[in-house]
Amino acid sequence: MASGVKPRVKVPKSAAAGSAITIKTLISHKMESGQRKDKEGNVIPRSIINRFTCTFNGKSVIDIKTEPAISTNPYFQFDATVPEAGDFVFTWYDDDGSVYDAKKSVAIG
Amino acid sequence: MDFSRRETIALGLGAVALSVMPFRVAASTEEVIAGFTGGADVADGGVTLTAPEIAENGNTVPITVAAPGAVAIMIVATGNPEPGVVTFNFGELAASQSAATRIRLAGTQDVVAIAKMADGSFVRATSVVKVTIGGCGG
Amino acid sequence: MGMNLFKTTAAVAGLALIATGMATKMTHADQGAKLIINGELTIPTRAPAPAHLEAIDEITSGWLYRTSETQALEMDDFDNPSFVFVDVALDLFDKADGSEGKACSSCHENVEDFAGLTASMPRVNADGMLETTTELVNKCRTERMGAEAWSYSGGKMSAMTSLIGLQSRGMPVNVAIDGAAKPYWDKGKDLYYTRVGQLDMACSNCHEDNYDVMIRADHLSQGQINGFPTYRLKNSKMNTTHGRFKGCMKNIRAQPFGQGSDEFKALELYVASRGNGLTVETPSVRN
Repeated sequence: MASGVKPRVKVPKSAAAGSAITIKTLISHKMESGQRKDKEGNVIPRSIINRFTCTFNGKSVIDIKTEPAISTNPYFQFDATVPEAGDFVFTWYDDDGSVYDAKKSVAIG
Repeated sequence: MDFSRRETIALGLGAVALSVMPFRVAASTEEVIAGFTGGADVADGGVTLTAPEIAENGNTVPITVAAPGAVAIMIVATGNPEPGVVTFNFGELAASQSAATRIRLAGTQDVVAIAKMADGSFVRATSVVKVTIGGCGG
Repeated sequence: MGMNLFKTTAAVAGLALIATGMATKMTHADQGAKLIINGELTIPTRAPAPAHLEAIDEITSGWLYRTSETQALEMDDFDNPSFVFVDVALDLFDKADGSEGKACSSCHENVEDFAGLTASMPRVNADGMLETTTELVNKCRTERMGAEAWSYSGGKMSAMTSLIGLQSRGMPVNVAIDGAAKPYWDKGKDLYYTRVGQLDMACSNCHEDNYDVMIRADHLSQGQINGFPTYRLKNSKMNTTHGRFKGCMKNIRAQPFGQGSDEFKALELYVASRGNGLTVETPSVRN
């Protein structure tokens, strides 16, 4: 697991049933692009978050395929419909096989 | 492993029946786009790409993309060593077909957004982003 | 629907490009922009220069010199990438470390109690030594927690000084320059105006003689440190004052002083005092 990887998500605590909300996500990850070289001139291998998904009560909100051109500390903002109370699950997939996740509950009100 | 296009074709010609693997060639912009569109025509309009005219730093360039009615939007940085940047695939609970992120741009270039619409057609928008170099290089 | 999506990025960029119907040449440094964080905390970005600063009438925050897209990043505590590092520091604050089995929170119940500290640092301690926040943290770690000192501008220390600095956000910068501080302040002032390096330049050549001027595509600021540690887009991480001083000296092709050295501490005191009256913005966003 890449060290020091920390997710951060912003989701409203409650929403009207069927309304749209804006979600913001960030994860501290170096996103080593595979373009850089070390002091000896060797290419530093690519090591990035390659996929991000958001689901709500198991249904897909967004599925993002990310490439090395996404900035360090990847940031995504998108809109989701909240049909009922439930849980958003955010998942980030790392090249090295690690999976990071975060979960936020939303009430109806 | 990186194969040049010439090597890939030579291998393909001389090869026995091997399952065709897409080798990780440093793909051109056209190839990356074709990978998404399958070679279909791409019309202008129907997708909005918001990017700064001048990026204060090429490391972190905020962009927003929106295409009402799209199922997916791909962003391509035509001047980067690897043109592919990100592909947003909208699920059934996406409230809008829009997203924002921050990208790396290696230099001044065209950034292209291509949206795949629900009817299978493709549309595009292009923004020129000027990427600047700091004064002291610092 | 989706309008909120455009709130930060497009609202600022779009204002220049779309609403006026013509592409503005520069979304550069909207110097009339107001810094309001989270829609509620107004941070003044200009102030009358302190009395000791004769060459400048009005002191200005580095925020004013950045493009509107960069400015927008500091206006929301989620869009501001610093806060993932503030979260890291909050975890560290509660984590026991060292032979005494203590965490910061074992003695400092609430991190909010640090309000006002960063606004007055660096300062002279009871032993007559000029001390920085970083040194205070490491003193606690080594002398009271039995833990190892953190590297001066490393990830953990920069996260922690960002968290501590955040507690002073919105407060006026007010470092003491007289009494016991005077000899350090004099030394820092001297360093500020001394030319160094292959390019033979002093801090003042850019930040006093040429602020607001473009140096290639960079918009020179007054070199204020009211927002440090700051998240720089250039390296996508928190940057400390000594880290920045080192980078600047290397840009001038000078041999930098050490981080935590007497020279950089004195310089930090002097540079902070040039911002007396500005408002703490830590953790800020810069290019």
